[in-house]
Amino acid sequence: MQRKRVNPAKLSTLSASFSGQEISVFKWIHRFASPPFVYRLAGKLTPWIGWLCLASLLVGLYLGLVVAPADYEQGDSYRIIYIHVPAAWMSMFIYVVMAVSSAVFLIWRMKLADVVAMASAPIGASFTFVALFTGSFWGKPMWGTWWIWDARLTSELLLLFLYLGYMALRGALEQPQSAARAAAILAIVGVVNIPIIHFSVEWWNTLHQPATITRMDKPAMHISMLRPLLVMMLAFQLLYFHNLLVRLRTGILQREARAGWVAKLAAGEVNG
Amino acid sequence: MDNLAEFFHMGGYAWYVWPSYALAFVVLMANVFWSSRQLRVVHDRILKRASQLRRGNLPDGKLSGDNP
Repeated sequence: MQRKRVNPAKLSTLSASFSGQEISVFKWIHRFASPPFVYRLAGKLTPWIGWLCLASLLVGLYLGLVVAPADYEQGDSYRIIYIHVPAAWMSMFIYVVMAVSSAVFLIWRMKLADVVAMASAPIGASFTFVALFTGSFWGKPMWGTWWIWDARLTSELLLLFLYLGYMALRGALEQPQSAARAAAILAIVGVVNIPIIHFSVEWWNTLHQPATITRMDKPAMHISMLRPLLVMMLAFQLLYFHNLLVRLRTGILQREARAGWVAKLAAGEVNG
Repeated sequence: MDNLAEFFHMGGYAWYVWPSYALAFVVLMANVFWSSRQLRVVHDRILKRASQLRRGNLPDGKLSGDNP
């Protein structure tokens, strides 16, 4: 079958190498989802995202720790917000990415989506742990307790267990095929927890303060305090993408170790 | 910031602010370090396999066998 503007050599590796799965969506998705293409693209993007992440991290830390004034109620303790809120946001964002790519994997049998979900799980678990830990260290001076079993904290802890359960499930099943499917179903079912986390501060009584970003009517979040928060959120987002792309490349290499393009890639690097 | 000690003091909340930042730093850097190391390990293993294959040392010469 002739396709325009596509290198025929590339196309043959594409349809043959990815475990023989025919992905029957559109041509551009076909090309975009081809492992060699994604592997190379991710390799090109990674350093740029890394430097961008480092720059925004430095700017965010400077604005948040040095420039932003102390809070009139919470003093300097509120500065934990600059890692706590971005980490909590990423913990939910990554879970949604995981659930959506799991659904794509189950519905369209796109194996690359499964690699995305698998690569996201440990990163999401890390951000969830950071959110819980920093929340605890913020809760102690402000509420007088490290932990309370209220809706927000409990549902966030459940999120950590969902991530860990996802990873454990993948490791527990011998058959990679059935492990991928079972884990994907777990990820999709668990997504119900995300709105619960988000709305928990509205639905139930809690010590946890309500949403920060959308609370701009109150004078508590001045622009000098909000700006570093947004920069830090960008930095954490970039950190996730950087990490995801590196893990994606690892996952692609592992699954495609016997594919032609990997052999060519290796040969090219060994010879030259 | 005219006083560095004051900055590290964090208005008396140093024992809550700095451990939070330290933990976040350690966990996130561990992520970056670990994922790059994994990629390097997997990448090197495949290169090694490919060169072994070319010298004919690999019993199952399937590395390029999947390519039609």
